[in-house]
Amino acid sequence: MYAFDFVRPTSVADAVAALGEADAQALGGGQTLIPALKQRLASPSTLVSLGAIAEIRGVCLDDDGRVCIGGGTTHATVARQAAAHYPALAAMAGRIGDPAVRNRGTLGGSLANNDPSACYPAAVLASNATVITNTRRIAADDYFQGMFTTALEEGELITEVRFPVPQAANYQKFVQPASRFALTAVFVARFADGVRVAVTGASEEGVFRWTEAEAALSDSFTPGALAALSVPADGMIDDLHGTPEYRAHLVRVLTGRAVAAAG
Amino acid sequence: MTKVSMRVNGRPVSAEVEGRTLLVQFLREGLGLTGTHVGCDTAQCGACVVHVDGRATKACNVFAMDCDGAEVATIEGMAAPDGTLSPIQQAFQDHHGLQCGFCTPGMVMSAAALLDENPRPTEAEVREYLEGNICRCTGYHNIVKAILAASGQPVAVAAE
Repeated sequence: MYAFDFVRPTSVADAVAALGEADAQALGGGQTLIPALKQRLASPSTLVSLGAIAEIRGVCLDDDGRVCIGGGTTHATVARQAAAHYPALAAMAGRIGDPAVRNRGTLGGSLANNDPSACYPAAVLASNATVITNTRRIAADDYFQGMFTTALEEGELITEVRFPVPQAANYQKFVQPASRFALTAVFVARFADGVRVAVTGASEEGVFRWTEAEAALSDSFTPGALAALSVPADGMIDDLHGTPEYRAHLVRVLTGRAVAAAG
Repeated sequence: MTKVSMRVNGRPVSAEVEGRTLLVQFLREGLGLTGTHVGCDTAQCGACVVHVDGRATKACNVFAMDCDGAEVATIEGMAAPDGTLSPIQQAFQDHHGLQCGFCTPGMVMSAAALLDENPRPTEAEVREYLEGNICRCTGYHNIVKAILAASGQPVAVAAE
C-alpha cells in the first residue's frame, strides 16, 4: 500500500471539506477499498474516513413510512434494525459477504462503489429509493450509470438512502461461493402502482431493471407470468464463473423464485 | 505519523502509527500480540478476526486509526489470567477443533462473537457464521462440534 494521509472527521461538513483536497478519497467500511489499496489499484493522497460521523449512521422511519438509512450504516445494523420495517431489505443486507464484512461494510460505500455484482444496488433500484447526498437527492433510476459508475460528483457524499416499503418483496441471490458476491441476483418489489425488478451480477452495465418482467408481473404477480419471457444474453458478464447465456437464464429463474417467495 | 489510542483486552494502549497501518499490524508489530494471524491479507480467510467494540472484524481489513477510541479484543484476551482456557477454547481442545492451528484464533473469535449474538445456534447457523473463516485442515466438522458444545448443546463424541 502506498502511503497517504488519514483524516477522521466527525461531521459531514468537515468530511466534505477534507474531500476537497486534491486526490482525496472517502473511506466507508473499507471492505472493498482497503483490498484495492493493498493491490495499489488506488493511490489517494488523503483518505477521509467516514467512520466517526455519527450523523450518517442509523435506521429510522420517516413520516411517509419510508425506511431511512444513514450512508454510514453497516450491513449488520441494517440486517438487525430494518427487519421489522422492510424484511426483504434486512434479509438482503444480512447475506452480504460474511459476518465480519457485514460489521464494517456500509450502505453508502456499496452504492458509491457500484460493483456490478453488489447486492445493495438491486435493492435500491427495485425499491425506487432516493439517494441523498450532502448536496441533493438522486432518484435510483438516475443514480446507477454503469459498472462502477454513478451520478455522484467528485467529493459528493451519500448521507442517507430512503426506501419506500413495498407491499411484498424478495431478494434471490445466486451466491458465487468464493467471493460471496452475487453470481446473479434479483430483487423484486411489488408496490400498489406496479412491480419493479432489479438485476445485479449479470450485466456488464451493472444493475438494471428488467422492464418486460415488471410489466408482466404488474398484470399478474405469479411466477407463471414470466413463462413467455426471456432475457437476451447480449451484454451479460462472461467470466470463469458463468457464461452470458447462463446468467441470462439465472435472471429469469431467480425472478420467478423471488416472486414465489414474496407471495 | 499520528497518535492512536484504544483499549486492547482491557488495557489502554497508544502509539504513533501511519495512516496505512492496519489494525493487525498495530496488534502484531506494535503490541507484540501475534496470536492474531495474517492468512490471506485479502479479507477472505478470517485468521485475523478480532472484536472491535464487540463485533467480529477482520483486522487485516481495517485501519488502526479507524479504531481510535475502540475496545478491541484478541485471542490473547480469551483465556483467564491464570491460563484457564475460555469455554470455547476448551471445547476446541476437547473436540479436536484444530489441526495445524493457524486459523484457530480467528475461528475462536468468530465463535465468541456468534455466541454473544446467538447463545444457542443451530448447526446450520454455526456453519453460516463461519462463512468468512477458512480452515484447510479439519473440514470444519470438529470446529462446528466444538462451538455447539461450547454453547452447552449436546454433540456426538468422536470415535476413539
